[in-house]
Formats: sequence, structure tokens, C-alpha cells
Amino acid sequence: MSSESSKFTGLVGWVDNRLPVFSYVHKEYGEYPTPRNFNYWWNFGALAMFCLTVMIVSGIFLAMQYQPNTQMAFESIQRIMRDVNYGWLMRYIHMNGASFFFIAVYIHIFRGLYYGSYKSPRELLWMLGVVILLLMMATSFFGYVLPWGQMSFWGATVITNLFSAIPIVGDPIVTWLWGGFAIDNPTLNRFYALHYLLPFVIVGVVGLHVVALHVTGSNNPTGIEPKSSQDTVPFHPYYTLKDSFGLSVFVIIYALIVFYAPESLGEAENYVPANSLQTPAEIVPEWYLLPYYAILRSVPDLLIIDAKLAGIIAMFVSILVLFVLPWLDTSKVRSARYRPTYKKFFWVFVVVCFVLGWVGAHPPNEKVFGLEWLEVIDVGRITTFYYFFHFFVLFPLLGKFEKTKPVPNSITESVLGASATEKV
Amino acid sequence: MQVLTKYVFAAALSLVVSSGTAWAAGEAHEPEPQDWSFNGFFGAFDKAQLQRGFQIYSQVCSGCHSLKFVAYRHLEGLGYNEAEIKAIAAETQVEGGPDDSGDMFMRPGVPADFITGPYDNENQARAFNGGALPPDLSLITKARHGGPDYIYALLTGYESAPESFELATGMNYNSFFLGSQIAMFSPLADGVVEYADGTPANVEQLAADVTAFLTWAGEPRLEDRKRIGFKVVIFLLILSGLLYAAKRRVWSTLH
Repeated sequence: MSSESSKFTGLVGWVDNRLPVFSYVHKEYGEYPTPRNFNYWWNFGALAMFCLTVMIVSGIFLAMQYQPNTQMAFESIQRIMRDVNYGWLMRYIHMNGASFFFIAVYIHIFRGLYYGSYKSPRELLWMLGVVILLLMMATSFFGYVLPWGQMSFWGATVITNLFSAIPIVGDPIVTWLWGGFAIDNPTLNRFYALHYLLPFVIVGVVGLHVVALHVTGSNNPTGIEPKSSQDTVPFHPYYTLKDSFGLSVFVIIYALIVFYAPESLGEAENYVPANSLQTPAEIVPEWYLLPYYAILRSVPDLLIIDAKLAGIIAMFVSILVLFVLPWLDTSKVRSARYRPTYKKFFWVFVVVCFVLGWVGAHPPNEKVFGLEWLEVIDVGRITTFYYFFHFFVLFPLLGKFEKTKPVPNSITESVLGASATEKV
Repeated sequence: MQVLTKYVFAAALSLVVSSGTAWAAGEAHEPEPQDWSFNGFFGAFDKAQLQRGFQIYSQVCSGCHSLKFVAYRHLEGLGYNEAEIKAIAAETQVEGGPDDSGDMFMRPGVPADFITGPYDNENQARAFNGGALPPDLSLITKARHGGPDYIYALLTGYESAPESFELATGMNYNSFFLGSQIAMFSPLADGVVEYADGTPANVEQLAADVTAFLTWAGEPRLEDRKRIGFKVVIFLLILSGLLYAAKRRVWSTLH
């Protein structure tokens, strides 16, 4: 056969000539030329992939025992925790895995923001990432409802009620989402179905994300493209090993939480069974959604739009803005290493995101540090304003007015110094 | 730069970890942390304490509170053997049936039975308690901010209300409870149960024992979790060391 062109021989070669999986893996994960200068912030894409896998595997085991019925859901979780062999372990892995998935993804996103990974030609790669973030948020929300505790129920109430703010069709949409006139068994059933479906949609979009990545190649801390073969190393063994080490450290932290503080990221109230007649004192989402919750609650009435609708719009725009970020950022230089002003604002932005998270966890009328004149809502409004200011004003203006530092001639030069490049 | 990123990462993690407890404050008094035997990396339950706590639950708490997620067979975790568990279960009467003629009947409990609560339904529970609903205790240490420390503080925290405080009729003053008035009267008093092992039954001891028992009831796999966790973390530390050495070696050809 003239088509026997695979570099592999024997059985592997036979398969590879008919279905080139081995060539694919060899090309994309073996030889794949990767910039030689990644720092450890570049581990978090692989870590997120690891988390996704762990969530799907642990989730399938939980699905074998969980009952998506309002009468049985809470009890079935207790059965998993008490009677199912290693059920407690699967549940704690899954429940805290959501947090660690978000930690990995948030660091991955901030890394992209710092090093300008969203800029041409990586716009689609970045936008696919934003799609993954949105899917993760939906999936985690549906998952949080499943234990049918107080926070599950009231969280679902708050989030689904957001849609009632849409003019005219709002209320019918909410009824349609609930599958009835109140949150009840049909709601729980469909949330369970969607919670099982969406992770596989995420897998699909992650596939596209990786394909797009392997077309443009990875960005790197200098933000300049590799120019010669000495600027890159093959993915294996260099980055397979570096990623494995990073993963192992990440899993240590994950394991410490799973085994020694499994409830530290959760809300005690969710161990009280759902009760539609009793609202909890404070309804708070999981920590990874707190900044958006803060934005939602911080927006006041705007002209003819009431606060609720304005808050919802602001919350969605706070994520959707990431889609247009590649065009909002007008700077020719990618990496914050060579953008001294942007670098400062980047860290301001990081702090603002943490403050928004703090705001989301506290009642709006609480006094900050016991100060009479400062309430949580005021801090929320200032930080929300800055969040949008950062994207809509700073990004376009910085590119025009910032005085950037000179970028190195090549990646190798930035790693080994200018003299080394001449020697090689 | 690297130092800065390190600090930010550390700050991020600590914020994430602390945010879980950040809104625990509320209006009530913050409970004092107690030195529980099950705290820490090598924490384990004190079986004798759990048995004493179970005695308090059975003789005091169970008058009003159910413990519906705990079955008699689970009491193995308290250090009872099979015969003892059978005997404990057999002391109770549970509804069985229907028999061949379709009638329900009462039979002695067996280890597979779950502990039956004092009331048939919520309405009955409220009717007997002046409208208040005594919560199920299976998860009480997990379902309250502060966990075991809170339960202990609550049980030992009854006092007479300050003069300025307007206490509603049938309510009791306890500053650890949100709003400071609680329908449950102080359930523990010195000598309210008599311990077989001669442990002095003062209120602090009783509160600690029953709290330890309720912590076990909420998290019966705690000991497995800590034991396995220790092995996992040791394994991962060694693995990380090896991976780091391997990574260094492979990369040394580049620099």
C-alpha cells in the first residue's frame, strides 16, 4: 500500500495509517514546539484540564448514587457521605474540585490578561476560553442546587428570578425555566440533566480551545513570537515534566482541603434541608461567583432602567466584555513586562476583583471596618465602577499613551542575555 | 516580580480559605474554639466520650430532637460491638409490617433501623414545643457556623437576660444564639445523666461529650478521612520531590 506513510511500525503503525491518533499525539504533545521561557503561571491551563477530568470522573460516581428528587436528594447525599464506600471521598473531591477548577481557571485568565495572550492572532483562542468560563459558571450553579439544602434552594431562587427583570417576557421565562410556578421537582430534575450535560459541552469547547492554541502556538512571558528553533523546545519532555511537577504541588493543596478542611469553602446553611417557607438570613453564592454577585447588587437605578435590570446587565457585561477585549486593548506590546503603566493597573484590577469578592460575601448595608460613613455597598459601587473603567477606558487609552519598554529581539535573548544568542 | 507574584498567590489562597468563615460573625457572640480530640491532622474521636455523648442524646436530647440519618448499625463507630448494638436497637420499638393480614405492628428495633425521632411529623413537633421546631441533630455541627465550638458554646451559654433585654414569653436568653433568644430551655444541668464510667457529669463535661457525639453523627467518616489524607499528602510530597528533580535534570541541558 502506497499510503503506508506512518513513522510508526508494527501494530501501532498499522493503526496509525488508518487512524492517525499516534501521529496526532506525537505531533501535538510530543514535538509541539513550545516557547522555552514559560514560567509556572503557564501550568494553569493543564491544571484546569486536570480539574475538568477529576470533576467528570468523580461526578459520574456520584451520579450513580444521587437521587434528583426533592424528597430524596438531601438524604441521598447523606447516604453517599455515610454508607457508600468512599462516597465521602468522592463527594469531597467533587465539591472542592469545583473550587479548585475555578482557582486554576481564574489564574489562567489573569495570566492571559497580564501577558496579553488574547491579542492577535489569539483572539478566537481567548474567546473560546470565555465560552468555557460561562459554561463553568452555569454548570457549577446547577451542581450547587443538587444537594437541595437551604442555600441550594435559595440560590436557585435568586438566580432564576434574575430573568424576571427582562421586560414583558421576564415572568413567562422564569415559569418556563422552573417547569412550573415555583421551584420544585421539575426544576431539580432539569438542573440535574443540565449538570450532567454541560461538562461534556465544556470538553468539546476545550477541544476547540486546544486546536486553536496549536494553530497559533502558545504566547510566552515576553509576548514576542518564537523566531527560530532555539526559541522553542519540544513539549515532551520539557513541559510534560514541568506541568507534572506543578500539578503535583497543586494536588497537595487540593488534598489538604479535601482531607483536612473539606467544608471550609462551603456554606454551613446548605446542611439544612431546603425549606421554601424559610429564607436564610443571608443568601450567598459560592466564593467563585461572589465578584459577579457584588456587581449585580452594586448597580443603582440608571435613568429609565431599574436597579435590578441594570445590575443584571452589568453582571453579564462584566464577563461579556472579555469577548471584545482583544479589540479594546490597543497596545502593540503584548506582555506587561514591557508595559510599566499597564502592569500597575493590572495589579489594581486584581485587588479590585478580590474586593468585589469580599463585597459579594457581605450584606450591602454592613459598615466597613465599623466606619459610620462607609457601607459595603459603597465599596461595591466604587470597585464595580473601576472594573468597567479598567476595560472600557484604560485598555483603549493605555495603548495610545503608554510609553513601553523595548522588547527583546528574541525569546532566547531574554532568557540567556544578548551575548548568548551570538554564540549559539 | 517573582516575590510579588508569590505574595499575591498566598494572599489569594488565604482569602479564598478565609472567605468561607468571613460572614460567620452575624449578631451573636463568637464561640470560643475548644480543644477537641478530633481537631488537627491526627485528630480522632475519643470513643468513651462518644458513648457518653450518645447516652446524653438518648436520655436528654432525644426527648425533642430526632437523629434521622444515624442508624443503630452506625454505632459501631462509637466502639460498640455487634451484640451491644443489637441490644441497644432492641430497646426501642419500631413500626413493622404489614403482616400477612395487612396489619402494621410494633417490633423491637434491629441494627438496620434508623433512630426514630420523638414526633410523627413537623406539626406535632411544633405543637409540643410552643410553635418552635426542634431541628434534627444528624448534621447540626455541620449546619451551623462555628460547628462543634458553636454547639458547645450554646449548650453552656445560658444565662439570665440583662434587664434591658425584652425576652418573649417561653423564650430563653442565650447570647450565642442569633438574636439571643432561643426556644430551647437549658437542656443540661449538673448530674442530669449518671455516667457508668464515673466521669463527673458537670455541665461543661456533658456539653463537651454530647457535642463530640453530634460531631461524630454529622461526620462519621472523619477518622478515615484524616488517616487516608495523611498517606495521600506524604505520597504527593515525595512525588513532587521526584518530579522536581526529574524536571531540573531534563532542563539542565537547556540553561
